[in-house]
Amino acid sequence: MTAQEMIKPENQVYSRTKVLTDNVMHYCPGCSHGTVHKLIAEVIEEMGIQDKTIGVSPVGCGVFAYNYIDIDWLEAAHGRAPALATAAKRLNPDRYVFTYQGDGDLASIGTAEIMHACNRGENIVVIFINNAIYGMTGGQMAPTTLVGQVTATTPYGRNVELNGYPLKITELIAQLPGTCYVTRQTVYNPLTARKTKRAIRKAFENSMLKKGTSFVEVVGTCSSGWKLTPVDANQWMIDNMFPEYPLGDMKDI
Amino acid sequence: MEKKEYKLLKGNEVIAIAAIRCGCDGYFGYPITPQSEVMETLMELKPWETTGMVVLQAESEVASINMLYGGAATGKKVFTSSSSPGISLMAEGLTYLAGAELPCLIVNVVRGGPGLGTIQPAQSDYFQATKGGGHGDYRLIVLAPASVQEMNDFVDLGFELAFKYRNPVMILSDGMIGQMMEKVQLSPEKPRWTDEEIENRYGSWTVKGKPATRERHIATSLELDSAKQEKFNQKLVAKYAEIAQHETRCEKIMCDDAEYLIVAYGSSARISQKTVELAREKGIRLGLLRPITLYPYPTKAIQELAPQLKCVLAVEMSTGQMVEDVRLAINGKIPVEHYGRVGGMIPSPEEVLNAIENLIRRNK
Repeated sequence: MTAQEMIKPENQVYSRTKVLTDNVMHYCPGCSHGTVHKLIAEVIEEMGIQDKTIGVSPVGCGVFAYNYIDIDWLEAAHGRAPALATAAKRLNPDRYVFTYQGDGDLASIGTAEIMHACNRGENIVVIFINNAIYGMTGGQMAPTTLVGQVTATTPYGRNVELNGYPLKITELIAQLPGTCYVTRQTVYNPLTARKTKRAIRKAFENSMLKKGTSFVEVVGTCSSGWKLTPVDANQWMIDNMFPEYPLGDMKDI
Repeated sequence: MEKKEYKLLKGNEVIAIAAIRCGCDGYFGYPITPQSEVMETLMELKPWETTGMVVLQAESEVASINMLYGGAATGKKVFTSSSSPGISLMAEGLTYLAGAELPCLIVNVVRGGPGLGTIQPAQSDYFQATKGGGHGDYRLIVLAPASVQEMNDFVDLGFELAFKYRNPVMILSDGMIGQMMEKVQLSPEKPRWTDEEIENRYGSWTVKGKPATRERHIATSLELDSAKQEKFNQKLVAKYAEIAQHETRCEKIMCDDAEYLIVAYGSSARISQKTVELAREKGIRLGLLRPITLYPYPTKAIQELAPQLKCVLAVEMSTGQMVEDVRLAINGKIPVEHYGRVGGMIPSPEEVLNAIENLIRRNK
C-alpha cells in the first residue's frame, strides 16, 4: 500500500481542530502555551460553543492568544482580565467566558482582580499558566519563581530576604468560597495533556451551572526563560516545580 | 403626549435614575466622596429587577474601569462614576478603552487635589479629562454639566456620542453639581437595546461569540507593527476632527453686545451667570461663554467673538487650566486672564465681578 492510498478520510485518526487558526505561533520551541491553546480550542470545538465563547487574553506571552484560537476575544490590560470577564459574563450570562493568564499577569499585577473575581464567584473559567518566570519581557522574576531560581532580575537566584517567597496563589484561591473547581495540571506528556483537557472541559461546563469560578492552573515550561533545551526544561519542571506546586485537584464541588 | 415627570433631586442621584431610564445595561463602581450616591441610588432602586441592568460594586476603580472594558466590548451601555483620585486610578483603563475604540460613560464628580486633596468641589481635573489623562495619543469626549438637569440630560447624550463615535465619554462634573438639589425633568424611559438593535445601529463589531459566518472580533489596543500603529493613530485623529466638527457645544449668554467676556464651565459658569447680571446692572457689557463640551473645545465660538472683545477672563475652580485653551483660541490678540479659587473654595459672583472689574481697569 502506498502513502497516497492510505490518505483517505476513513483512515484518518487525528486532525487539528478547526478552532485553531492557521497563524504560525510565536511561541518558542518547548513552550507550554501552544499545547494549552490547542486543548482549549479542542474543548470549544467538542462542546460546540465557538459562537458562544468569549476569551480574555492577558499581557505576557499569551497576549496573542487571539491570533491562534478562532473565537471572539478581549485583550485586557496587564492583570485586569478577571475584571473584563466579570462584566462580559454578567452582561451576557449565556456566553462562556474565560481568561487566559500567566503568572505575572494573574499572581503579581492582577492579584486584586483575580482574588475578587473568584471571591465573588463569577461564573467564569480561569486558565492560569505558571512557568515561574516573565517570558515576554525577557525572563525576569515572577511571583511564582522558585527560591534560588536564577532570572534576569534575580541573577544570583531568588533570595527570600530580598524577594520574598514563591506565591502559591492557587492554594489561596482554593480557600475562597466563590470557587467551585480549583486544580493544578501540567502538559509535558500526552497523559498529563489529556488530564488537563478534561479539567478545562469540566471548568467550561461548570461556568454554565452557576456554581462559581473554575480555576485551572497549568504548570508549564519556559525553555527560553529558563535557558534550557525543551527536553531539559521538562525535567527541570518535574524535579523543581512539582515539589513546590504539586499537581492535582484542590477543590471540586 | 407623554406626561412630563419632575423631581427634586441631587445631581448624583439623577445620574443613577437617568442611566436606568435611558436603557443602560451595567454600572460598575467603587465608593468615593463626593459621588457615592450614584451607586447607592442604583442599589436602592434595584434595576436588575426591572430593566435587567447589572449593578456591581467593584473591588477598586482599576477593576471598575476594566469591567467597563469587558462590558463595552460586548456592545453594552455601561458606565461608572468616581471622583478625582479614583479617576487617576482609571487612567490606565481609559486609554485602553480609547485605544480599543469602545463606547462607555465615565462620570467624574471632581474634588480638589492634588493627592487625596479635599472632598469639596473643584475643577482641577480639566487637563486630565481633556488632554487624555492616561498614556498615548487619545481623547475623551468631555461634557460639562452646569445644572442637575444637565446631569440628567448628559447621561443619554453621553451614551449616544459614545456609541456614535465608539469612544469613551466623560461627564466632568464637580462636588457642587453632584451634591446640590434642583428640580429636574426626568428623561423618557427607553428599553435596553437588544444585540440585534446594536448591530443594526452601529454595525457588527461586538465581541459576543463568533458565528461561522464572520471573522472573529477582537477588542484590542495592541499593534506591534509601527506602520499599522501610525495608521491607527491617524485614524483616531480623523475621528477626533469629525467629533470636533459635529459635536462642539457651548452656550452664549449676553454675548451679542459684549465688550468683555467670561469663559467658564460647570459650577463656575453658574456663578458667572450671576456675575453677568451684576455687571449689566452696573452698565458693564459683560457676556458669558459656557463650554458644554470641553473636548472638543468651542475654540471657534471664542474666536468668532474675539473681534468685539477688549479682554477675556477665564473663571474656573483651579489654578489655571482651561485658561490655556482660551489663550490658544485668542492667540494673543487681546488680554486673557484667569480667576480661580481652589482647594474646595467656591468663588462668589461678587468676587468674580471684582476680578473682571480689575481686569477691565488694567486694560483701559
